[in-house]
Amino acid sequence: MIKLNEINKTYNTGSNSLHVLKGVDLSIEKGELVSIMGSSGSGKSTLLNIIGMLDNYDSGDYFMNGERIYQMNEKKAAYYRNKFIGFVFQSFNLISFKNAMENVALPLYYQKVSRKKRNIKAMEYLERMGLAEWAHHLPNELSGGQKQRLAIARALISEPKVILADEPTGALDSTTSMEVMDLFHEINDLGITILIVTHERDIAAKTDRIIKLKDGIVDSIVANGERKKWLADQKMA
Amino acid sequence: MTLIDIDKWQEIFYTLKKNKLRTFFTAFGVFWGIFMLIVMLGSGRGLNNGVSQGMGDLATNSMFMWTRQTTVPYKGFPRGRRYNFNNDDTQALKNNLPEIEYIAPRLQVFSAGEGNNNVVRGERTAAFTIQGDYPAYNLIDPVTMKKGRFINDLDIEQRRKVVVIGSRVYDEMFEKDEEPIGEYIRIQGVYFRVAGVFSSKKNDQQAEQENSQIFMPFTTMQQTYNFGNMVGWYSITAKEGYPVSQLLEKAKKIVKERHSIAPSDDRAIGSFNLEEEYRKMTTLFTGIDILIWIVGIGTLLAGIIGVSNIMLIVVKERTKEIGIQRALGATPFSIKSQIITESVFLTTIAGYFGLVFGVGVLELINTVLIQTNASTDMFNHPEVDFNKAIAALVILVISGAVAGLIPAQRAIQIKPIDALRDE
Repeated sequence: MIKLNEINKTYNTGSNSLHVLKGVDLSIEKGELVSIMGSSGSGKSTLLNIIGMLDNYDSGDYFMNGERIYQMNEKKAAYYRNKFIGFVFQSFNLISFKNAMENVALPLYYQKVSRKKRNIKAMEYLERMGLAEWAHHLPNELSGGQKQRLAIARALISEPKVILADEPTGALDSTTSMEVMDLFHEINDLGITILIVTHERDIAAKTDRIIKLKDGIVDSIVANGERKKWLADQKMA
Repeated sequence: MTLIDIDKWQEIFYTLKKNKLRTFFTAFGVFWGIFMLIVMLGSGRGLNNGVSQGMGDLATNSMFMWTRQTTVPYKGFPRGRRYNFNNDDTQALKNNLPEIEYIAPRLQVFSAGEGNNNVVRGERTAAFTIQGDYPAYNLIDPVTMKKGRFINDLDIEQRRKVVVIGSRVYDEMFEKDEEPIGEYIRIQGVYFRVAGVFSSKKNDQQAEQENSQIFMPFTTMQQTYNFGNMVGWYSITAKEGYPVSQLLEKAKKIVKERHSIAPSDDRAIGSFNLEEEYRKMTTLFTGIDILIWIVGIGTLLAGIIGVSNIMLIVVKERTKEIGIQRALGATPFSIKSQIITESVFLTTIAGYFGLVFGVGVLELINTVLIQTNASTDMFNHPEVDFNKAIAALVILVISGAVAGLIPAQRAIQIKPIDALRDE
């Protein structure tokens, strides 16, 4: 589903240039639930942004669903983002002046689906998330967990191939975090690939595979079976 | 993405309402710009109306020519000699100048200013100016016929003793609603039958003056008051395509030859070229108009720049939202169209109010002018052309779009990733 070869990315800020990604190789299969870990500055957010087509990379190859994604114009990138990817953010990033239903329906708006149709579909997803009764509330009237469920509903409504979640539990307490992770598992069971960037071990522990980034390269990949051992090693270190 | 797009308008109203005071002041800039433009255009028009109504329907391609004293000795004649135009001059001018459209030889007697009551009807007496005219004069400086007719060719040919009187003459010589046609009035001891009543097309004092005149056939006046074949002065219009100034020069040359006046004696013939005056006036008004547009557009521009500025701030404020929208698949075009629609909406609404208020103020001035009878020959009936108003609106919509262009460009230049990071 996602294939990265020798991805390089350098940020130029004035006279300084920061080589963030130094040749990342990565392959994520369809239907996997994968987490990316790494200390701050390891390049995990940059990687997620490149995978999410929110940012360009300098060299290497990136294939999404078999198509090469490289320096696309904004219109095409917008199209691919809308079609393939659903985003979930740490800070939810809901539109404050739209109610829950309208927020969920927003990706369909950009697909030019009629307002009536997209609202019907948005209601379906809200029901699945148990938020139907909150449909006409504005985001600031919802709790953190509800907001994130809303954001997940929004990510799902365009029926994407991949969900990219950037610290999805970062702003939530541990109980809510686990609820959100359960939700991700449910979605993953439907065959949707999920990529979670996190620095919380217990979150990463609930994924099939942990990709650990360090200084711009893939340091280690821990598959499900080796996970406990890896966690133990981490504790000892 | 049509114009009737609830989500789009929801966003526009949200942004505009979020900062009401700011929206109001921004809109006020545009409002004021268009308001000033309309009021100034209307006032310019009022000035123009005032001055051109002062002239009535006087042909703008006309000229006037009268005799003065010679100032150069010539062919044995001394300087300071007086002379008169005569019927033969009229014929000569007609024969030699095919570019003449109308020629009206004129005579005038008993100017009202002299104070003697020269017109009598029954017990009523008054002083009026009496003009001897050809029918052609009503084509050069027309009056409105209220009753009856103007002087015609038969009057001229048969030297009929008929007169056409001004409305003030009628008011003073007749009872209210009395039928004047066919009635007789005595002018300087001679009875004339009234053939028509006219009123002036001019305004103010000039109208008053004209309405106190009596026209009689030119030939009748020559005979009745012993002018012989004398002509007082000429009103002449040129055919289309012939400059009046050239015609005037040619006419002067003919007259000079016929009256043994030195060709170099420019002061022997008095003249007035209305075309030239009219052109000067037109140029003046065009100048005023251009100035109004420059100032008006300048004021408007300041308003538009204000809108553009605010839109830049709006984009800045909403960077994160724009980032979210782009992450969710909004195309650059949809973001751009959002910003530009907002800008056009704001300018158009503000401009529309400016337009309405501007026209309202002009109407108010107009009403006050009419009610207080304060219209003068300098200012009358301020108004704005429908076309100019439409032009102003079109300029508004376009400039609204232009004002939105830079902020819109700025909005899509922000990378989605930077926009999302923006806290």
